[in-house]
Amino acid sequence: MSVLLSVDTLTRRFGGLVAVSGVTLDLRLGEVHAVIGTNGAGKSTLINMLSGEIEASEGRIALDGQEITKRSQAVRARSGVGRSYQRTTIFPEFTVHENCRLAAQAATQRPWAIWQSSRACSASNAAATEALEAAGLADVAGRIAGTMSHGAKRQLEVAMCLATRPRVLLLDEPLAGMGAEETDRMLTLLEKLKATHAILLVEHDMDAVFRIADRITVMVNGAVIASGDPASIRQNAEVRTAYLGEEGH
Amino acid sequence: MNRLSSIVPGAIALALAVLAPLLSPYLSDFVVKIMILSIFALSLELLVGMTGLVSLGHAAFYGIGAYATVLFSGKEGGSIATLLPLAMGCAAGYALVVGALSLRTRGVYFIMVTLAFAQMAYFVFHDTALGGGSDGIYLYVRPVLGALDMENRLVTFYVALAALVFTYALLVLIGRSRFGAALAGIRVNEQRMRATGFPVYAYKLAAFVLAGALAGLAGFLVAARDGVVNPELLAWHNSGEVLLMIILGGLGHLRGAVIGAVAFTLLKEVLGTHAFVGPLADHWQLTLGLCIIAFVALLPKGLIGLASRLSPKASS
Repeated sequence: MSVLLSVDTLTRRFGGLVAVSGVTLDLRLGEVHAVIGTNGAGKSTLINMLSGEIEASEGRIALDGQEITKRSQAVRARSGVGRSYQRTTIFPEFTVHENCRLAAQAATQRPWAIWQSSRACSASNAAATEALEAAGLADVAGRIAGTMSHGAKRQLEVAMCLATRPRVLLLDEPLAGMGAEETDRMLTLLEKLKATHAILLVEHDMDAVFRIADRITVMVNGAVIASGDPASIRQNAEVRTAYLGEEGH
Repeated sequence: MNRLSSIVPGAIALALAVLAPLLSPYLSDFVVKIMILSIFALSLELLVGMTGLVSLGHAAFYGIGAYATVLFSGKEGGSIATLLPLAMGCAAGYALVVGALSLRTRGVYFIMVTLAFAQMAYFVFHDTALGGGSDGIYLYVRPVLGALDMENRLVTFYVALAALVFTYALLVLIGRSRFGAALAGIRVNEQRMRATGFPVYAYKLAAFVLAGALAGLAGFLVAARDGVVNPELLAWHNSGEVLLMIILGGLGHLRGAVIGAVAFTLLKEVLGTHAFVGPLADHWQLTLGLCIIAFVALLPKGLIGLASRLSPKASS
């Protein structure tokens, strides 16, 4: 399957601390690539480098074969890299539809056209409606986003990513704080999305990871200690001692 | 926005236009003063209320607009058609410099950096011969445009009214445009806007420059009205007062900025007049301060929140 996002020996230092050390991985279309590791293993720093939120100290990132290591976050987002945050990052005072429309508007910004109403932007409205349907939020499109349940807000954040029509999705703990039913709904959504996207999933819920991931990379102290399909990771002795613990899986 | 909120401002503007020739010179001057401060407050509302950027140096652009008007007039005076763009252009130019540097910071640091740049401009006019030092300079001949001469009180009134209507309409348009939607997004969640693909810095800079230009418009008018400029126009307490106006009126609404400018100017006038408050007038700063504390404590959403408090069903 084709590689969409390719990461080559990516390193990030904060002063003397090496938060991420020489990470190499590929995100392929049609695959969920899970990155697991203990707190402080460098997973969020990795996502932040991929989305352009922080600069890499070394290494390179390529999207569709084109190097994007030096591009700004906004440029990367417009060229197809969408992300969600560990802490829900939406526009709580806008309606659900407005959240998605504003996200979609990134593709047709035209800030100089002040005589045109943002509500009337048909391209943005269409993309927003489509994203809300895909995420299963079409019924609550008129709700004020901040008044929804935690799980629905997480879903909305994914919908906002989809509204920008990305090809790569970087999801930072999308299941954090979710109940069983909400988790199930989100996983069903991700399974549906992976056919048309390359997905990087950082997640602590191991049952979810082993249910949905096609490939798993394990990080400890900023470095990759193992990478492979779920079965081989489950059997990997180093991973079992370092991370999965004695109970195993 | 309901229908009423688009009809009421238009009706008020129309009423002012009709009543203008009937006003006494004192009242006419007073209304012009309020209209100028309304434009100034609206320009800051674009930053604070619409974009979420709290600036404490906005008077610099107001003062620069005023000084530019006087300095480019020279001894012979000048045309509105050249002086107005020059005043707005100079203010916008300084806003571009200040914005480009200060927008790299946020929150309280942004407040301090904008304040520092404004004080810098203040001392340039205060301590150099460029603008006549601390005394300021006089405008020898007021701006003209064909038959329109701002020496005439009524012409000044209509020019100020037209400028206010222009500013208000422009900001209404921006508020409902894609540009305005992006600014609102930046106010609510800048991180999400960046992650979505908006060049947030460029948007904030554009808003900052536009706000500076509109403050320059107010500055042009105040120079033309008063016929004199001095460094106090740029002083930090002037930046503080305009911030108070929009907070007093109610942040997040254009009408709030205008209501705040009206209320603040009226309060200041009433509390500083012996005929109204007797000897207390000598201590107007004290009474004004107490009034503002009372307003903010009782009406945390500003005067605009008063309407929805009196009639809970009315949408604000």
